[in-house]
Amino acid sequence: MNASCGDMACRERLTFRGPKLFRQFNGWKVASALIATAVLIPLLVIFLSFLRPETDIWKHISEHLLADLLRNTAVLTAGVLSLTAIMGVSLAWLTAVCEYPGRRLFVWALLLPMAVPAYVMAFVFLGVFDFAGPVQGALKAWLPGHFDPVDVRSAPGVIIVLSLGLYPYVYLLARGAFLTQGRKAMEAARSLGCKPIRAFFRVALPMARPWIAGGLMLVLMETLADFGAVSIFNYDTLTTAIYKAWFGLFSLDAAAQLSSILVILALAVMLIEQKMRSRMRYFQTGRLSMEEHRIPLKGWKGWAASLFCGLVFIVAFALPFLRLVAWSLEVAQNQLDVSYTAEIVNSLILAAGGAGIICLASLVLAYTDRRHKDSITNASIKIATLGYALPGTVLAVGLFVGFSYVDSAIANGLGIESVLQGSLAMLFIAYSVRFLAVGYHPASSAMLRITPSIDEAARSLNVKGIKMLFRVHIPILKGGLFTAILLGFVDIMKEMPITLMTRPFGWDTLAVKIYELTSEGEWERAAIPAVVLVLCGLIPVILLVAKSEKRIV
Amino acid sequence: MVFLCVSLKEIMIRKVARITSIVLIVSLVLPLSTFANDLVVYSARKEHLITPIFQAYTAKTGVEIEFTTGKEAALVQRILSEGKRTPADILITVDAGNLWYAAEAGILKSVQSNTLEANIPSHLRDPENRWFGLSVRARTIVYHSGRVSPGTLSTYEALADPEWKGRLILRTSKKVYNQSLVAMMIQDIGLDNTKKVISGWVGNLAVPPLSSDTKVMEAIDSGVGDVGIVNTYYFGRLLKKNPRLPLKLYWPNQETTGVHVNVSGAGVTSHAKHPEAAVAFLEWVSSEEAQNLFADVNMEYPVNPQNQANSVVQAWGDFKANPRNVASAGQYQGEAIRLMDEAGYK
Repeated sequence: MNASCGDMACRERLTFRGPKLFRQFNGWKVASALIATAVLIPLLVIFLSFLRPETDIWKHISEHLLADLLRNTAVLTAGVLSLTAIMGVSLAWLTAVCEYPGRRLFVWALLLPMAVPAYVMAFVFLGVFDFAGPVQGALKAWLPGHFDPVDVRSAPGVIIVLSLGLYPYVYLLARGAFLTQGRKAMEAARSLGCKPIRAFFRVALPMARPWIAGGLMLVLMETLADFGAVSIFNYDTLTTAIYKAWFGLFSLDAAAQLSSILVILALAVMLIEQKMRSRMRYFQTGRLSMEEHRIPLKGWKGWAASLFCGLVFIVAFALPFLRLVAWSLEVAQNQLDVSYTAEIVNSLILAAGGAGIICLASLVLAYTDRRHKDSITNASIKIATLGYALPGTVLAVGLFVGFSYVDSAIANGLGIESVLQGSLAMLFIAYSVRFLAVGYHPASSAMLRITPSIDEAARSLNVKGIKMLFRVHIPILKGGLFTAILLGFVDIMKEMPITLMTRPFGWDTLAVKIYELTSEGEWERAAIPAVVLVLCGLIPVILLVAKSEKRIV
Repeated sequence: MVFLCVSLKEIMIRKVARITSIVLIVSLVLPLSTFANDLVVYSARKEHLITPIFQAYTAKTGVEIEFTTGKEAALVQRILSEGKRTPADILITVDAGNLWYAAEAGILKSVQSNTLEANIPSHLRDPENRWFGLSVRARTIVYHSGRVSPGTLSTYEALADPEWKGRLILRTSKKVYNQSLVAMMIQDIGLDNTKKVISGWVGNLAVPPLSSDTKVMEAIDSGVGDVGIVNTYYFGRLLKKNPRLPLKLYWPNQETTGVHVNVSGAGVTSHAKHPEAAVAFLEWVSSEEAQNLFADVNMEYPVNPQNQANSVVQAWGDFKANPRNVASAGQYQGEAIRLMDEAGYK
C-alpha cells in the first residue's frame, strides 16, 4: 500500500496540523476500526475453533472428500468467474458505449437477474430441465425410444445457473467504469489509429480494471459462499463439507475450521488483486458524458448486439420469472388464503435499513482509505470486507456466538437485561458484516475517480475535512453510493441464513418463507414468495433507473 | 457523530440517515415486547407444519405461544449461546439424530411426566426423558408399479443386489433421514455388512444422488430408475398433486428388523422460563385429542398408540416398524456419515 500512498497523503499531512484536526484524523480511523471489529468478532470465533482440534474429522475429510471438494470448488469458481467476466464486461460495453436497437431497454433489463436468488434460479432450472421437467418430457415424446435422459446436474449446469444470477455484479460495476472513463481516452486511442475493438482491449478494458476486478471479487466471494444452489444440484464444494461437519457430524468446530479455508482464500485473492493494481491511478480526466457519442452499430452488427442482450435477458430473467409465475398461479388456485403481507413489509424494512447502514459504513471506509493510507486503515478495510466470503450460516453462528458473549458480558457487568440479543440491531449488524463488501467496492471505486486536484481546489476555497466530504466528494460519489445501496438492498432481500438465525420473533421474511417451503421439497409452493421477492428486488432497480438514468445507468 | 449533523444538509444522506435512525430506534424498543408471553418455542419443524397446532392450543387454553423457526443445529447453537438468558422454553425439531444432539449438548432437561410416558412408546422417546417423539415418519421403499413387481422386493439391504443395477434412485447422503437409516442399519446388521450394502447401492444407482425425496419419485416416474427410498409423507404429497402417479410404497424388512422409522419431537430447554407451561403443552400434543392434528398436517403417523393415522395414510397399509430406540440414530450418525463417504455415496 505504500506505493500508492503517493503525494496526496503527504500533502495532507503538511496541510493539516493542530489539535483539532488531529482529533478528526483519529475519528475516521476509529470509525473504520470499529466497523472492522464487528467483522473481526465472528472471524475470531471461527479461528478460535482451532483451539479444539478435530483431528478425526479432518482425517476423514482429507482422506475421502477433500480432493473432490477442492477440484469441484476450483472448477466452479473458475467457470463462474470466466462466464460472468465475459457476460458482464461485454454487456456493459455494449450498453455503455455502443448504440443499437433496444439499448435503452437493455440498460436496466440486464440488471434484473440480480433480483433472483441463486437458490431460486437453481430450483427453477432443475424444474425445467431435469428428468421430470417439461423439456426432457417433450423430447421423450418427440423421439420415442431414441431419447436418453440427460443429467443436467453437472458442473456446467451449476456454473451456468450461478453465472446467470451473478453476472449483473460485473455488469453494473464495469458499466459505471466505461461510462465515466471519459471520452478523451477513447478518442485519443481512436485518433492514433486504433479500431474500436482494439481500443477496447488496449485502452478501455485496462482502464476499467479496478471496477471489473471489484465486480469479479463479489462474484468470487458469492460463489465460494454459496450453499443453496450447489446443494440443489448435489454438487459438493467446500461449503457442503462445512455443512456436513456441522449438521451431520455435529462439530461446529470442524465446520469453523473448514470455513477458515474460505476466509484465507478470499484474503489471498484480495491481496493479489491489490498488489496488481497498487501502482496504478484511475483518475477521471473529464466529465464528458458518453451519452451523445456512442458508437453506432449499423446493420447486422446492431441486430446481433440486440439479439445477444435479448438472449441473456430471456434466459437469465424472463424464462425463470415466467416459470415462477406459472407455478404460483397453479398453487394459488388451491390455496387462496396465502398472503405474504407481513413478510413483504419485513423484507423491505430490513433491506432498506440494512442497505442504508452498509452505504454509510462503506462511505466511512472509502473516505478513510482516501485520507489515511496507512497499514491500520488498509487492514481495517480488508477485514471489514471479508464477511462476504463466508457461507451465511457459518457467519451467522460466528456472529451469534460472538455477540452473545459480548452481550452477556455487558449485561452481567451492568446488571441489566441483554441489549443485543433478539433485537433488530443485532440483525442489522449481522447484515453489514455480511454485505459490507458489496457496498465498499462500488464506493471505493468511485472514490478512486476523484483526482487529488479536486481536493486541492476545494481546500484552496477553504472547504476542508468533513465539509469537503459532504460538499465535494459525496456529490461526485452519488453514482457509486447508489450502486452500494442497490446491491446491499438486493442482497439483503435474498439473504436467508443470517435472517433465519438472528431475526427477532415475528420478523419472518420472504427468503425465510422460501427456505421453509423448499426445504420440504415444496418447490411450487415456494414460487409465490419467490415471485414477490423478485418483484420487491426490482424496486431499487427501478428507482435507480428513474432517478438517474443518464448519469449512473 | 458531529458529521451526522452536517450531513443533514445533503438530501440523499439525510434520507438514508433518517431511515436508518428510525429503524435503529425501533429495533432497540422491539425486543422488550418479546417477553410478554406464556410460552416460547424454537422450532426446526417448518412454520406451516406447526402453526395449526399452536393455534388450536391457544384457542383451547388461552396460552399465548411465541415461536421462531430455524435450522436444527443452528437452533441448538442459538440456545447454547443464549445460555441462561434464552427465551426458549421448548425446542421442536425433526429427526431423532437432531434431538439426540440437542440432548448431548445439554440444552434439554429431563422431564418427569406420567402422561408423556403413557402416551409415547418408550422407543420413541429419550431413555432419560429429555425429549419426546410427537409424530412418526416412516422411510420406506417406493417403486414403479408398471416396471417392478412387488414380489421382487424384500429389504433395504436387498436393493444392493445386482438385479437393481442401474435402477436404484437415492437422495443425497447429506440428508439426515438417510444418515439415520444407515445409522440404524449399522446397529442391526453390523458395520461391515452395512458397508457392503451401501457400496452395493452406490453401484446400482441409475443417476448420482438427488437433492430431495420428491425428486427421487419424479425421476422414477419419468423412467430414469425403477425403485427408491423415501419418507412416506413426500409420497403422500406427490400423490395428492398427481393422483395417477404410477408409484407404490413397499414395506421392507417385515421378516427381519422392520421398517425404519424416525420422529419429529420436542424437549423442554434447561433454562426454560415457563417449564410447567412447556410440559403441559407437550402433554397436550401427545394426547389423543391433539395427535391427529399434529401428525395429519404432514401425513405422518401419530406416536400415541390410541390414535389412528388419517385415512389417506392408512390406505398405504400396516407395517412392522423397527422397535429399536430412535435415539441410537444420533449415536451412530457420525459413523454412518463416514461409512457413506467411504463408499462414495454422495
